[in-house]
Amino acid sequence: MNALSQTTSGTKAVKAAVLLIFALLLFAPFLFQDVRALEVAARVCVFIVLVASYDLLIGYTGIVSFAHTMFFGFGAYGAAISLKQMGPGWDAVVVGALAGMGVSLIVAVAIGLLSLRVKAIFFAMITLATASVALVLASQLSDFTGGEDGITYRAPALFKTATKLMLDENGKVLRVFGVKINGKLAAYYFVFFSCLALFVVMLRMVGSPLGTVLKAIRENEARAEAIGYRVVSYRTFVFCIAALVASLAGTIYAIWLKYTGPDTALSFAIMIDILLMVVIGGMGTMWGAVIGATMLVLAQYYLRDLMGAAAKATVDIPILPHVLDPDRWLFWLGIIFILLVYFFPKGIAGTVMAKGAPR
Amino acid sequence: MQQINDFAGRLGGVYLLPVVVAALAFVMIGAPSSWVTLTVAGLAMGMMIFLMASGLSLVFGLMDVLNFGHSAFVSFGAFIAASVLAWLSGWLEADAVSLNIAALFLAFGAAILFGLVAGWFFETVIVKPVYKDHLRQILITMGALIVAEQMILAIWGGTPVSVPRPEFLEGSLLIGDITIEIYRIFAFLLGLGVYAALYLTLNRTRIGLLIRAGVENREMVEALGFRVDRLFVAVFMLGSALAALGGAMWAGYETLITPALGAEMMIVVFIVVIIGGLGSIQGTLLGAIMVGLMANYIGYLAPKLALASNMILMVAILLWRPNGLKPAVK
Amino acid sequence: MSLLSLNSMKTNIGQYAVLHDVTLEVPEGGVFVLLGRNGAGKTTTLRSIMGLWQPSPGSVLFNGQDITAMHTADIARLDIAFVPENMGVFGGLTVEENLILATAKGRFDPARLKRIYELFPALETFWTKQAWALSGGQKQMLAVARAIIEPRALILIDEPTKGLAPAIVDAMADAFREIAQTTTILLVEQNFEFAKSLGRDMAVIDDGRIAHSGTMADFAADTALQDRLLSLSA
Repeated sequence: MNALSQTTSGTKAVKAAVLLIFALLLFAPFLFQDVRALEVAARVCVFIVLVASYDLLIGYTGIVSFAHTMFFGFGAYGAAISLKQMGPGWDAVVVGALAGMGVSLIVAVAIGLLSLRVKAIFFAMITLATASVALVLASQLSDFTGGEDGITYRAPALFKTATKLMLDENGKVLRVFGVKINGKLAAYYFVFFSCLALFVVMLRMVGSPLGTVLKAIRENEARAEAIGYRVVSYRTFVFCIAALVASLAGTIYAIWLKYTGPDTALSFAIMIDILLMVVIGGMGTMWGAVIGATMLVLAQYYLRDLMGAAAKATVDIPILPHVLDPDRWLFWLGIIFILLVYFFPKGIAGTVMAKGAPR
Repeated sequence: MQQINDFAGRLGGVYLLPVVVAALAFVMIGAPSSWVTLTVAGLAMGMMIFLMASGLSLVFGLMDVLNFGHSAFVSFGAFIAASVLAWLSGWLEADAVSLNIAALFLAFGAAILFGLVAGWFFETVIVKPVYKDHLRQILITMGALIVAEQMILAIWGGTPVSVPRPEFLEGSLLIGDITIEIYRIFAFLLGLGVYAALYLTLNRTRIGLLIRAGVENREMVEALGFRVDRLFVAVFMLGSALAALGGAMWAGYETLITPALGAEMMIVVFIVVIIGGLGSIQGTLLGAIMVGLMANYIGYLAPKLALASNMILMVAILLWRPNGLKPAVK
Repeated sequence: MSLLSLNSMKTNIGQYAVLHDVTLEVPEGGVFVLLGRNGAGKTTTLRSIMGLWQPSPGSVLFNGQDITAMHTADIARLDIAFVPENMGVFGGLTVEENLILATAKGRFDPARLKRIYELFPALETFWTKQAWALSGGQKQMLAVARAIIEPRALILIDEPTKGLAPAIVDAMADAFREIAQTTTILLVEQNFEFAKSLGRDMAVIDDGRIAHSGTMADFAADTALQDRLLSLSA
């Protein structure tokens, strides 16, 4: 069942969709020239990496962690705290990223050694408990983390909106197709290319012999153990890799947002988002992460507005406005999520890729 | 070392742990009156958490099913009891203790009834199709939790709901310089009663025998001619009802509840069953009492540490016993 | 008519086909021995009869009734008892509780209980002890006692002598001989000497198929056949 190497018509469709998303993200600043659209595009980039790293875990090893946002948060808070304390410089970014990765690695190794040898379900519970403690700590240690309010800081000078990267003949910032070549644009491409690099690294990992071993473990743990693979070591290793990538994604997002708080980096809501994205997109395909993250981020930004408008429009009709209330958004997502896990456990990418398989 | 182990084993083994913790706390706190207050609070809290956690543990033991949506029963129980109590506020303020008690039991009864019905629905509709698939089980019950929490938000809103208490459970007992809240004594005794009933059911009845055997080896119980799946529905319903009752009692204890209650209790409940060992009622009680006591002692001794205390306790116990203090025989 | 008929039973475990084509007639009364090498499909055959694994295609008839798709519990209620390879003793329960669970109504028949005490005196000695504390042989006795605490039409027993001391094996053989006077036993065995002393009819399973069936007397006399079919386990 190597879904990646099968070239079915469905696989082609999925790859085409991923390519389209890639192109849209690459040219996003030129295609969608408003501030909100660029926010959405950057969020899509970061979440693709975050969800893909989670897919490494859930899709390729079959273990469920609820601590993925925690690692994302470590990276984000690492960058936030160092940028706040050391001032907006590249040294602060490097220190923050390394600190975030260091903490993530230590915690991941600890959790892995403590609980990966027991049942998968134990692992899920322990990661959930650990993540909740991290969240509580972040809001309690307010001297350090800014508590509930979070931290606002400045990004390196290169990424300031006021920074003019290219000047036209009048000494004003150069416009290409009406887009200002300024620090904001640089920041977006920093996000885009860092995320692309991380995604490609993960793609290579999955395609390597390591990926094959992981799939063997997922399909039949006892057999993989019998063949001589040390299942616990592999799982701990993948858990650490996923944690490190999540941490880097957090750092990238923190630099882009210039703000880090529990809601943007640590809350359980993000964990639920990741879960929804990976399941809706399709576990164990990597492409699923791209599709899931893109769809859900778009839906979060635009579908909720639509629901609000629909609720307003149907205000005279009984019940409907309640059903369409934007606050009920998560309710409907939850139901869709359950139905998907029942009927399409492979998600969008997996289901489409299985279509038209040459047999 | 071996001798110490043997000696401790004869005295009661891991069951001594809460006693040791209480004794240590007595020395560290210094003031006997504060210590009594905290110990009673810890025991009361422990019993309520036990109610919430026992069902989860049994359900896991019997069918290898872990319900991440379990805490939804706790929060629904709390909110339903709060609504019933608010609706019967006339009875609560009445001087007649009988009316007080009637209102309280109606509230608890409503929560239990909800737990039974919702437990049945959860088991047959949500959990049954994914019995043997842990990954999808975790995902689906998590999805159910999201939906349930959204339903609570939709019905009761996002603002805190205050829970009226019956008159006769208000106030405190004063013995010398020791103050003990009456509600805590009530919660402890009710919890103890439920534990005793559970214990007797498990150890003195045929159904209990079946449950204990089923936790150990489901196939063999079936090969002896019993439908474990039907038994499981009953256990699931009972566990959900106990969780709802625990939530209802918790609502009266806190007197002010928010929709975040479920998520908070879920973590505590998970920690309790991990500490206690999945599948055993004694283990769950032990874990719950430990968590209740630690939360109160540490909250008094080192408030800054209070939030991490459960986590520290869990890590320490897992390092010592990876399967928890008193896991079911497998 | 035979008591139990297996008709071209095919059983998959996960994606692996373990039984390819098992057809077998077990007549009523006596001990029927199913022999075979490790991994030949003996345990899978018993579990498929018991409904713990679903054969498809193929069918299992018991007294002429099709029990293929029935739930394990309902199959057990037809007075079929199962003693699995790992004995399936409930370690957290006492000897008494283990046995009472196997009774139909939660009460012991005094005569049967007395008989069990005579067959396995150790069980009376450790009556109130938790079963995990028993020795391997005592656990096996408990597992067999559980199978005969009620009158049964058929008892499926999976390798009862595995890892047992010779003295206990002899006691077990005596017990089986006595049980077989009133009940049919389908015995899976690797210990050929033990099987030979008990079996009336027999079959050999190899690679998920019945490779030979006949009477034990004929098979015991034909050493060439034994070598060919059981070479690794004799």
